[in-house]
Amino acid sequence: MENLLQIHNITKIFGEGTINEKVAISDLTLKLQAGDFVTVIGNNGAGKSTLLNCIAGVFPLDRGDIILAGKNITKIPEYKRAKYIGRVFQDPLKGTAFDMSIEENLAIAAAKNKSRGLQPGLTKADRNDFREKLAMLEMGLEDKMTQKVKLLSGGQRQALTLFMAVIAEPKLLLLDEHTAALDPSAAEKVLALTEKFSKREDMCTMMITHNMKDALKYGNRTILMQSGRIAMDISGKEREDMTVEKLIEKFSIDNDRMLL
Amino acid sequence: MMTLTALLGAIELGTIYAVLALGVFLSFRTLNMPDLTVDGSIVTGMATAAVMCSAGINPYISLIGAFIAGACAGFMTGILHTRLKIQAILAGILVMLASYSINLRIMGKTPNIPLTKSETIYNMADKILPSKYSGIVIGLIVLAVIILLLYLFLQTRLGFVFRATGDNEDMVRAAGVSGDNMKLMGLAISNGLVGLAGGMLAQNQAFADISSGTGMMIIGLASVILGEVVFGTKTLLRRLISASLGAILYRVIISQALYLGMESSDLKLVSAVIVAAALYLGILGEKGAKIRKRRGQNGKSASNS
Repeated sequence: MENLLQIHNITKIFGEGTINEKVAISDLTLKLQAGDFVTVIGNNGAGKSTLLNCIAGVFPLDRGDIILAGKNITKIPEYKRAKYIGRVFQDPLKGTAFDMSIEENLAIAAAKNKSRGLQPGLTKADRNDFREKLAMLEMGLEDKMTQKVKLLSGGQRQALTLFMAVIAEPKLLLLDEHTAALDPSAAEKVLALTEKFSKREDMCTMMITHNMKDALKYGNRTILMQSGRIAMDISGKEREDMTVEKLIEKFSIDNDRMLL
Repeated sequence: MMTLTALLGAIELGTIYAVLALGVFLSFRTLNMPDLTVDGSIVTGMATAAVMCSAGINPYISLIGAFIAGACAGFMTGILHTRLKIQAILAGILVMLASYSINLRIMGKTPNIPLTKSETIYNMADKILPSKYSGIVIGLIVLAVIILLLYLFLQTRLGFVFRATGDNEDMVRAAGVSGDNMKLMGLAISNGLVGLAGGMLAQNQAFADISSGTGMMIIGLASVILGEVVFGTKTLLRRLISASLGAILYRVIISQALYLGMESSDLKLVSAVIVAAALYLGILGEKGAKIRKRRGQNGKSASNS
């Protein structure tokens, strides 16, 4: 099967040449196939978020290449890359324009790959389309499409942000602890939606999580990051046999090794 | 209370300041950016319109000229801010300073251009309407056209992302649009409107003066805030109309204060105090709501126990 996302030997160093030099990503190589749903775990500072930021183009790489759907995107600015990439962050405030209505937010996200000129921002057809699709979220958002986003709860907002991230059919979905700020029931709901959306054939998904149970429950592959490298990469049978206890053990072994 | 003539005069002037207020609304509310270019770009618009009018060019065409000249000033601020990464407020101050020299050049190095002998939109309107109301009517027509165009623009795909830029630039970038380009466009349109207001003002008072820009940004801000407090912010159209009505109300209040004996030289001090108070009350509004809510809850729990 073809690799949808190829990350070749990327390195990212912060403050190179200074006393605070930190190698955040060190010669990392990773290949994802279409339909893959990878969960990413690791300690704070292991480079999980940096990896996602590198892929999204938040800052330039020091070395290496990133190829998405056959296209080298290494040097493309963040806002242009966003056409192929959907993102959701931990902070539910980060993904939406709070002073605009739900339908207006959706319209902005849905127009990602269309030209943005003086066409009407929202047509009747758009509204019907959004209402139908919002009903899938099962959060009752379809009945308050003209309500401003700032009036929504964190869970509703995060579900909306997730939906906005996939509405324009990206090639890659990047999730950075997107349920960490939610209460357990809202988190579960958003995770179920994540699973549902990730089923699309021509997309791959990367999800950072600190919840070991979720890391094994969702997706088809799990990677453990340590000091800017991939310390463990499991899928298939090996992953099925993995338990939360063994995973934590793995964590602490690596931690001990780091201490020595 | 002031005379009817004075009231009509204040409203007439208010329709012009309403255009200024819409410009300030775009930068301050939509882009969430305090833009001091306004104090310069309004004079740029005045100068451009005055020079064009006195050259015998149609006064409506000269208003378009004033819009373009103002937009250029805003565009420069945008370049300084987004490309050279200078803080927004400093970028505005720099362009405001630079525009003083440019405005003088536009005006042919004289600090004042009289328009008493030139055709303006106001003396054109006098020919078909009773002169007492003609200024208000023409002002309201221009204002209505601008509000309509602005409203339609803000409902387009481009308008949507533009509005989101002030709310959440990350989200705009995630939607595949450069927030910097939106700011550039917004500052150009905003100062274009300010320039247009300057052009109207020059035609209304029949002269352009190099030093009349001082404090215009604050007057625009005062109008926007006053409009929001008095006329509400429920829908987008409502917000545009509120800003405009705020400007008219502001002029009426000022002219009433002058009638009651306020020195016109104190005008700028009073404007500054009004804006400072309004900004403080804006913060207090949120706090006040919280305190009221807490009291309400306490009251409830007290009555329950």
